[in-house]
Amino acid sequence: MSEPLKRRILLPLLLISSVSMAGDLTAEQATQQADNGSAITMFVIFVVLTLGITLWSGRRTRSAADYYAAGGGITGFQNGLAIAGDYMSAASFLGISGLVYLSGFDGLIYSIGFLVGWPLILFMIAERLRNLGRFTFADVASFRLGQRQIRTLSAVGSLCVVALYLVAQMVGSGKLIQLLFGLPYHYAVVLVGFLMVLYVTIGGMLATTWVQIIKAILLLSGASFMALMVLIHVGFDMGDLFLKATQVHDKGIDIMAPGGLVSDPVSAISLGVALIFGTAGLPHILMRFFTVADAREARTSVFYATGLIGYFYILTFIIGFGAIVLVSTSSQFLDEAGALIGGNNMAAIHLSKAVGGDLLLGFISAVAFATILAVVSGLALAGASAVSHDLYANVFRPGASDEEEVRVSKITTVILGMVAIALGVLFEQQNIAFMVGLAFAIAASANFPVLLLSMYWQRLTTRGAMIGGWLGLMTAVSLVILGPIVWVQILGNERAIFPYQYPALFSVIVAFIGIWYFSVTDKSEAGAAEREKFDQQFVRSHTGLGAAQASDH
Amino acid sequence: MHSDIYQKIKDHPDFHRLVAKRKSFALNLSAIVLVMYFGFILLVAFAPGVLAQPVAQGSVTTWGIPIGVLIIITSFLLTGIYVKRANTEFDEENQRIISECLKG
Repeated sequence: MSEPLKRRILLPLLLISSVSMAGDLTAEQATQQADNGSAITMFVIFVVLTLGITLWSGRRTRSAADYYAAGGGITGFQNGLAIAGDYMSAASFLGISGLVYLSGFDGLIYSIGFLVGWPLILFMIAERLRNLGRFTFADVASFRLGQRQIRTLSAVGSLCVVALYLVAQMVGSGKLIQLLFGLPYHYAVVLVGFLMVLYVTIGGMLATTWVQIIKAILLLSGASFMALMVLIHVGFDMGDLFLKATQVHDKGIDIMAPGGLVSDPVSAISLGVALIFGTAGLPHILMRFFTVADAREARTSVFYATGLIGYFYILTFIIGFGAIVLVSTSSQFLDEAGALIGGNNMAAIHLSKAVGGDLLLGFISAVAFATILAVVSGLALAGASAVSHDLYANVFRPGASDEEEVRVSKITTVILGMVAIALGVLFEQQNIAFMVGLAFAIAASANFPVLLLSMYWQRLTTRGAMIGGWLGLMTAVSLVILGPIVWVQILGNERAIFPYQYPALFSVIVAFIGIWYFSVTDKSEAGAAEREKFDQQFVRSHTGLGAAQASDH
Repeated sequence: MHSDIYQKIKDHPDFHRLVAKRKSFALNLSAIVLVMYFGFILLVAFAPGVLAQPVAQGSVTTWGIPIGVLIIITSFLLTGIYVKRANTEFDEENQRIISECLKG
């Protein structure tokens, strides 16, 4: 089908389908809930707008570089917003404000861990990553090593992270939409999966980036407004906010101090390792560094991203405490047992209604839904790239054309959409904030060590990276399975075989030791040749000479 | 890109100076972040009572709150400090080394 023809057919089709979807929603909610018309209207506006952007992007997406990396034409500030958008997922917006609502200060501990990875990414990874890679972080990890082995490892690591992260987002979306729009959980999950596939297959990275930017602006505006309303309520006196919260919270003054989140030193360090190194191993985040023109823009994007993410976490903290004061005291948000309707993760949503009525509730609901859509799109693109760029074009069919590669990526996206829907249904009852924690553990133990050492350590060889990387991945996965969440809560066993919730400390150490040992004992000729290539890589990683250039539009 | 230009850059004395300068700058800043964060999280694990101290007599606000917020703000400021120097001083020097090596 020719490009303009496709456009002429697709555009009306998409508009009609989204409008008729909205029609279904309206009919559905009229029977279940009467007051969420504004949410649906705003959400439909978002979907129509983003689908428009997707079609516009689809027209500009011609080469593989356009599809995977938006042609390298995103500016540092735009990319900073998009990175922040990727990072400010519904799981962190709803999950962290819910955690603050539940246990106060512990939410701040969690946020800080999520944030401090960013300066480290800037100091250690960002510019080298941009100078060495093209589309995926595996480009960098396999730069001077065995393509097949390292790309397979990186792709599997990426897919695990993407799958876990997707589950968290899908579950969050299902619950949210069920509560807000009155749409059954399963329908909601299907809707999210469907829109995600549309954005990614038609618009590629350019569309995914702009969806992310728009959503980041909406989310930051909405959260800022809510925090502002909370502050107005307490006369801009944080002390008064905390005082009121301790007076009404079950745990009283204890919400102002570290509580049960990290109770022992091993868990504390392990959580820290997972969050810091995990952030630096998230495939959808690392991919963002290839959408900018050069190392300079890559650095600039981390600067903006860190500021925006930090600001956002301070907002979620205020929002969580605001919910304690304004939501937990109002019977309209509580069930008969006195618990929050929809669970603790709904604290921020209920607060929006408490401070801004149905209109703000509608806006925040639509934003939360948009957040999920944007984040799952970024994840799907990262997962699909791991399959098409790393596995297909470099392992199974080396020398595949750009067109074939992009086609495989689109097919993978469709499959990922279906898998995400299935997993979303399967994991309906899990705590979404902790699912993200598990994704971080795998990113920290499988992706990060290989990526870091490939850039910094001359003696690294394919053998070392392979064995250590797989050991890290398998250790993380097994310890997660044997740990308290999966072994006890999901599988119903009495006691966890591995006692800690966060396995990263152990699995990261296993990965690093494995990589080190099997590299230094590698006496093969191939290993020696790989060490020889380090100098060239080193110069390129520092100077950017020979780095992939932005394609011109 | 040809390997001889890489070799030329690698042999350029200013390149080594630049790499060393960038390395120590990045390492120092990373150390600040790591010490700050792990100091905080170990305090949470070993001595949660410290963070639970009220900032003033009779106040419910604990030291944990301003310390936590300060870590967030400091993280952001450190990225600003790094980007400022890397995007000006380091980039200029880098550009000069490259053009010198490309020329002769």
